[in-house]
Amino acid sequence: MNPGYELPQNEAGYSFGFLDEYAKREVRRTVLKAICIPGYQTPYASREMPMGRGFGTGGLQVTLSLVGPGDTVKVIDQGADDSVNAVNLRKFIELTCPHVDTTEHTRDATLIQSRHRVPEMPLTEAQVLVLQVPYPDPLVVVEPSEARRKTMHGEGDYSRLLTKLYEDIVQFDEITISHRYPTRINGHYVIDPSPIPRYDVPQLHQNRALILLGAGREKKIYAVPPYSQADPLAFDDVPFRTEDFTDEYGRRRACARCGAIDSFLDELIDDDGARIWQCSDSDYCNERLAAAGKQEVARA
Amino acid sequence: MGYVAIKGGGRAIEGAAGAAEALRAAEGEDGRPLTLAAIEHQLRLLTSRVVSEGGLYHPRLAALALKQMQGDTLEAAFALRAYRSTKPRLLETPVQDTGRMRLIRRISSAFKDIPDGQMLGPTFDYALRLMRFDLAGESPETFRGIARRFLSQVPETDLPDTFPKVVDALRAEGLLPPAGQPREPAFDITREPLVFPVPRSAALATMARAETGSLLAIAYSNMRGYGDVHPTIAELRVGSLPVMLPHPVTGEPTEAGEVLMTECEVVAMYEEQGSSSVAGGRKPGATEDEGESGGPPVFTLGYGACFGHNETKAISMAILDRALQKGMRDGPSNPSEDPEFVLLHVDGVDSMGFANHYKMPHYVTFQSDMDRLRTTRTKAGGKAAGRNDEGVQS
Repeated sequence: MNPGYELPQNEAGYSFGFLDEYAKREVRRTVLKAICIPGYQTPYASREMPMGRGFGTGGLQVTLSLVGPGDTVKVIDQGADDSVNAVNLRKFIELTCPHVDTTEHTRDATLIQSRHRVPEMPLTEAQVLVLQVPYPDPLVVVEPSEARRKTMHGEGDYSRLLTKLYEDIVQFDEITISHRYPTRINGHYVIDPSPIPRYDVPQLHQNRALILLGAGREKKIYAVPPYSQADPLAFDDVPFRTEDFTDEYGRRRACARCGAIDSFLDELIDDDGARIWQCSDSDYCNERLAAAGKQEVARA
Repeated sequence: MGYVAIKGGGRAIEGAAGAAEALRAAEGEDGRPLTLAAIEHQLRLLTSRVVSEGGLYHPRLAALALKQMQGDTLEAAFALRAYRSTKPRLLETPVQDTGRMRLIRRISSAFKDIPDGQMLGPTFDYALRLMRFDLAGESPETFRGIARRFLSQVPETDLPDTFPKVVDALRAEGLLPPAGQPREPAFDITREPLVFPVPRSAALATMARAETGSLLAIAYSNMRGYGDVHPTIAELRVGSLPVMLPHPVTGEPTEAGEVLMTECEVVAMYEEQGSSSVAGGRKPGATEDEGESGGPPVFTLGYGACFGHNETKAISMAILDRALQKGMRDGPSNPSEDPEFVLLHVDGVDSMGFANHYKMPHYVTFQSDMDRLRTTRTKAGGKAAGRNDEGVQS
């Protein structure tokens, strides 16, 4: 290297959205293709982001390629805005996207990036939900080769996946897939809906918002367009079931904080060693509390 | 009662950054910050690894990344890659001629006497790995004189600027198939995703910026018997390659700079004439015309090249290139011959990122896991399952 070379002192002037314009344009083209073929894993040349592969680089590339001035972005992880990774991604968006607002309120957001949860509050046609995806392909549990999986998707051959579900029932009397539940979109492609709980899967069905799923490390983008069919794989006599939040008396557990009995709950051990349940969606919980006049609801 | 789950993320992140920075400077009052030049030169092999795995030839930035990441090569290569994401691709480089490399080292284990001779150059290959305790307390004066003394003792020779390639001699004898002309433009892995089957150029590009240890592990599996490349190093060369780019005005190839690189060509056993595995086989993986089938048997070639001085990587890559060519043609019979297996698992940025992502909260998915286990256990019936339930949850 030229010995007289000096490192530029001010390289902090990154372009809007960090990625160069060609990269963002490529992501947008991929997004358009993904929307046109619901559930199809569209390959793209995923770029390296300044956070780890697996930390949401796929979702982030989608978010950064779509966001523009006037947008309001919400970032959640495990349903919460203040979890470390959500904070990190939000800070990065604030740093690289001047004039873009961020919010913690689902209702105020135009673009929501999330890991592992779909917000409890129903989304609108004006919103886009971007989900971070570690494993884009539901067939990976039955077929390790990507080339062979691609053929299986093309032929709509999900027989081995259905066999896996069947074998679960034979062995455990229950389908053991807890999250990343394989879901058929618009009657053809089966997707891995990202590691959302089964509780969130029905939200994909006929959702008013555009749902985009970005897998950075595996270099795929796929979409569940607004008002799409989304059917979790199941059998006529073994219906799809979401997580069971009933207590030993058969009552639906309530959030210890806001009292909600219609939300996905985190299970926690409090200081006294007692088990308590609390909304996983922090904004939903806070909104309910605010509506109730900031009255903490007594533990159910 | 507050929201207990994962509060205070922002403060925690700042605190973590501060703690890591404090450890970097833990020497305290006696400490002296590392200069980038010191890293680039004294830890030149570390810098080499980072420019190569980062896929960006920028030794000074690589040195900065190493300093910032406190010596972690995976993290440093990663930072360099992320920096690269912000830069547009300005042009496609024309094919560069590595015969023009200004060499600091070139050896052949195939021939005792190669045209213009063997040149051992800077290597630890035959150094005794005994601890040199004199380096522990090295004085700056001695240190500064080392390079000057070495250069003053080097005799004036009429060493040529460039050396001919060993494989060209083999080609001239007809022992290797003639060098092919690329039949399609090189696959750019930074602009196109790998959708299998991929051309050989995609495999080579992927391996050129792969993580050294990952390449070595898979290549080693082939060497030990999960494969049958049995390589002989026709030539291993290290040196500075002049990078020729079209002049912006005249379009004439002009030297735009030079990159230090390592190149390795391994010769593998010849293959039977007329078998499906003769080098001229036409399969989707092949992008170069490597001679016609039907001629006499010829040796086969594996190619490895990477930025920086990293011989382990170049050799591993050359062996894997040969193994993958076989796998692309005849179907893989070992992991090292399976393009998907090799190419999707050797990238350090991808693999280390994913290994580390498991440290992030997985509360929601684990809640789902517990739900499945509890339901399954309840269904499995019996009072025992009910009693054990408490144990599962703690």
